[in-house]
Amino acid sequence: MCGIAGIIYSGGDRAHEVGRDMTRMLQAMKHRGPDSTGYALYRPAAEGYVMHVKLAESNGKADFDLEGRQRRQRREVETRMRELGARIHGIAGKSDHAMTVTFELDGDLKRLADYVEDVRGTEVLSLGRSLEIVKDLGDAQTVAADYGLDEFVGTHAIGHARMATESDVDIANAHPYWAYPFPDVAVVHNGQLTNYHGWRRRLERAGHRFQSDCDSEIIAVYLAERMAGGDSLEDAMRRSLGELDGAFTYICVTEDALGVAKDELGAKPLVLYESDELVALASEEIAIRKVVDREIETYDPYEGAVMVWTR
Amino acid sequence: MDSVARDATGAGDGSAADGVTATYDARGLVELDGTVPKIARIDGEKAVLDARDLSTRKINGELRWLLYEEGLKDVTILNPSARHSLGVGILTRCRITFEGSLGYFGCGLIDGPEVQINGRVGWSVAENMMSGIVVIESNAGSLAGAAIRGGDLVIKGQTGARTGIDQKGGTIIVLGSAGSMTGFMMQRGRQIICGDVGPGLGDSMYDGTLYVAGKVASLGIDCVEGEWTDADAELVERKFRIYGLGSPPELRKFVCGKKLYNYDSLEPSERKLVL
Repeated sequence: MCGIAGIIYSGGDRAHEVGRDMTRMLQAMKHRGPDSTGYALYRPAAEGYVMHVKLAESNGKADFDLEGRQRRQRREVETRMRELGARIHGIAGKSDHAMTVTFELDGDLKRLADYVEDVRGTEVLSLGRSLEIVKDLGDAQTVAADYGLDEFVGTHAIGHARMATESDVDIANAHPYWAYPFPDVAVVHNGQLTNYHGWRRRLERAGHRFQSDCDSEIIAVYLAERMAGGDSLEDAMRRSLGELDGAFTYICVTEDALGVAKDELGAKPLVLYESDELVALASEEIAIRKVVDREIETYDPYEGAVMVWTR
Repeated sequence: MDSVARDATGAGDGSAADGVTATYDARGLVELDGTVPKIARIDGEKAVLDARDLSTRKINGELRWLLYEEGLKDVTILNPSARHSLGVGILTRCRITFEGSLGYFGCGLIDGPEVQINGRVGWSVAENMMSGIVVIESNAGSLAGAAIRGGDLVIKGQTGARTGIDQKGGTIIVLGSAGSMTGFMMQRGRQIICGDVGPGLGDSMYDGTLYVAGKVASLGIDCVEGEWTDADAELVERKFRIYGLGSPPELRKFVCGKKLYNYDSLEPSERKLVL
């Protein structure tokens, strides 16, 4: 089933408490998916980059060497980044199995991400000047508390409350997905894609990397490939309606825009609220009402809808 | 009807629930809380309930207490706050007004009430309604009036996809547009859509009538345009008059082409036995 949510404020770079907004929205939709919760949060573009790295699954095998291994992994990630010329400003780790690196780099970002992911057990969850993806097991309140997300101020955000259907309950299969290697592009999805295996084979042959068995990862990689081919985000989303089969509503975000696409049967829900101040959308109105606490005009966009807002 | 009233009382007087100590289930999803708050302001035959700080279960429990136990006929609920499953399974003649929006499955499984919703509703509003009236001042999500068997559902805004899926009776009126597969698998009843409809209108319908004023994106399998009769005009005008919707727009009528009817070749009874 899954619950998805998005919020984008107008007014350019002005920062809002989007972390807290997203926690409220996702917690209100906990009944749609209590397995894992993920956030893609955006702040006004900084000078450097922020990279979120997963070192291990939070429910993975906890052997005697787990601590030592994660320590060595941390060191190795740092060493490899410096090796490729990254000037590291800070390394933070809200939990043992995750680390956040802020850095500057003049070289090739994809090469850096590839090299970091080459460290055994490591996954780059997000990379960008404004994007930060945080995802872990549990409901929104749990994840927000573990990673201190309620204090996050920024311009827009999307989130996902997952009910696992066809793949495992772990961080690798949790949303949002980063459109590797495109900085600052992320996707959340509610639905099932029926031509997943065909697309996965095609995209793997084209050199794209997959980190999970979750069908939703296709959307992020698909959009990345289309944009690499020169499509705008909106064009890529429009094209996806014909090329991806199944039931889906997905929300895609970039540094300054938030877009949503619905399949041509309108099989998955989405409620939309638009005002001068903000645009909020979610699988259920009850989530929007946690951010805009009054009677509001909302509606369900129709099947085949592709809509994009910029901040 | 009596047994229903007693069920509501049993859950409502608190005596049954007092012995229950669990406050959450293993997944933390369900609130095991059967007590009725009894906080509605009652004035003669009418009552007003502010639902702002109440859980869904408490709101529905209070509503049942007011209607079945106190015997009231007119209840207004303030601050429904887009919560799901409010006003479900009400089986008595009464008037219920929601001052605000509802979430999914609002007023499902009802038999008798006249419901006024001054806001929007989510998916599956009035699903399985047996009789009664549900009037929505704003938009509705998908699956509005799913499988209703009777009653009138009036939506003054737009609706999502599959409006009146599996409809078996009653009337659905939409003043705005409707999404794809409106009247999907419809078996009986009527829908009057004053705006446009999405692709697949009346797909796989068995019977019933769809009236559309706006553009039809495409017809579904075995849905064909029907011949307009005086009875159609009488029905539409009567419904518009009852709900004060002004004069009806010019409508086209769509019915089942019955090309997929294969009821002559009945299933052999020995095969049914095996199944």
